[in-house]
Amino acid sequence: MVSFKQRDIISIRHFNKEELLYILDLAKKMEQLDNTDMLKGMVLGSLFFEPSTRTRLSFESAMKRLGGMVIGFAEPGVTSTAKGESLSDSVRIIEGYCDIIILRHYLEGSAQLAADVVNIPVINAGDGANQHPTQTFLDLYTIQKTKGTLEGLTIGFLGDLKYGRTVHSLAYALAYFGAEMHFVSPNSLRMPEDCIDELKDRKVKCHENESLAGISKKLDVLYCTRIQKERFADPVEFEKVRGTYRLSKSVLEEIGIKNDLKILHPLPRVDEMDESLDTTDFAVYFNQARNGVPVRKAILASVLGKE
Amino acid sequence: MKHLDVSAIKDGSVIDHIESKSTLKVADILNIQNEEQVVLVGMNLTSKFLGKKGIIKIGGKIIDQKEVNKIALIAPNASVNIIKDYEVIKKFKVAVPDIIEGIVKCFNPNCISNYYNTQSKLHVVNKNPIKLQCHYCERIMNAKDLVI
Ligand SMILES: Nc1ncnc2c1ncn2[C@@H]1O[C@H](COP(=O)(O)OP(=O)(O)OP(=O)(O)O)[C@@H](O)[C@H]1O
Ligand SMILES: [Mg+2]
Ligand SMILES: [Zn+2]
Repeated sequence: MVSFKQRDIISIRHFNKEELLYILDLAKKMEQLDNTDMLKGMVLGSLFFEPSTRTRLSFESAMKRLGGMVIGFAEPGVTSTAKGESLSDSVRIIEGYCDIIILRHYLEGSAQLAADVVNIPVINAGDGANQHPTQTFLDLYTIQKTKGTLEGLTIGFLGDLKYGRTVHSLAYALAYFGAEMHFVSPNSLRMPEDCIDELKDRKVKCHENESLAGISKKLDVLYCTRIQKERFADPVEFEKVRGTYRLSKSVLEEIGIKNDLKILHPLPRVDEMDESLDTTDFAVYFNQARNGVPVRKAILASVLGKE
Repeated sequence: MKHLDVSAIKDGSVIDHIESKSTLKVADILNIQNEEQVVLVGMNLTSKFLGKKGIIKIGGKIIDQKEVNKIALIAPNASVNIIKDYEVIKKFKVAVPDIIEGIVKCFNPNCISNYYNTQSKLHVVNKNPIKLQCHYCERIMNAKDLVI
């Protein structure tokens, strides 16, 4: 039987298909549920060593909607870390003040380290370029909700596939559901070889491409990411690449897409998605952001809940 | 009696068939500077099998499999002989363990294990060819990425 009781949520790799579906099911119930006092008296420690708005606020909202309380900080400037305290010392001390820790930190592996040193559950809210499992849960939830299923979909990933941790984790998770994947990126921002190898080992049909045209008509879902200027040594190179990965209504009409294509984006966007898309049925990125609350309620309830 | 390149010890452990160039590194990993009894180190000894080999003899110490497995990444062919009363009474080979702690650093500069004096911890996902996955940042390291 699946149980998340007192479990750490560190990496999407630690979950099998049944466990992913369990959380998605629970999230559906949570979406229908009014505010409750299920987690009354419980305290969430929300530790953000790196800024975030959506993840932090949706976790805090989820905790409060379940009747719990929140303590924490949104940036490390005000903590003893600024005075040189190690992460393990910080979490050991904070462990005494709460029942669960949500951690975002710029160093990779930080959440695993925290989970190893404290006895209360730790949820990884992003560790550098590594993992952000609850984002993946909510991406899956959004796909399942808008497509009606997760099975056998053809998914396109567009943009910065090299540094985009959400892409790596989502691809990993979708491999459980027999997805076919198209990775579309500039050559310098291709999906890391490790990720592709791992997917191929798991029998996923993977394709790599530099342009959406040609494959766009096959896609059920298109997952876009932001291309960050900082990734380019040469600003001219950035400008060249940026334009070709910008989506708009007219671009989609030109290259051709399925009528029921759904476009996701972890947000924030800059200009890779034109506002002309926002009001179309293709755009589900605002729903996606909204799904953060029921999904995180499901996670908190299943880790901290009494049943 | 057989001639020994490095002198005999009465009781203790002999680590044989070390790749010659790794001998001092092995000595370091096994922390031999803290031994109290005789320790003998030989390098560039002739070996049919390795060409040149290194050998370390530690008097008074019975080394066990777990401890010697720490050297598996740099001395994969090493063998251990336990000596009692000048005789070899037990012989075993090093084996790559499932988890390697504190020997190899994670190669990812953004990994938490490279900060705050954290001890590295790597899961062996494949033994031959060697493939290690960082317990913390999940990155995979191959033989060419290992800095020991
Ligand atoms: N009393 C001793 N003191 C120190 N070293 C010893 C002693 N007896 C044996 N050795 C060393 O231990 C190793 C193993 O000894 P052994 O007599 O089994 O040799 P071998 O037949 O060459 O073994 P292998 O097949 O492992 O090479 C050799 O390197 C030998 O020099
Ligand atoms: Mg011999
Ligand atoms: Zn690491």
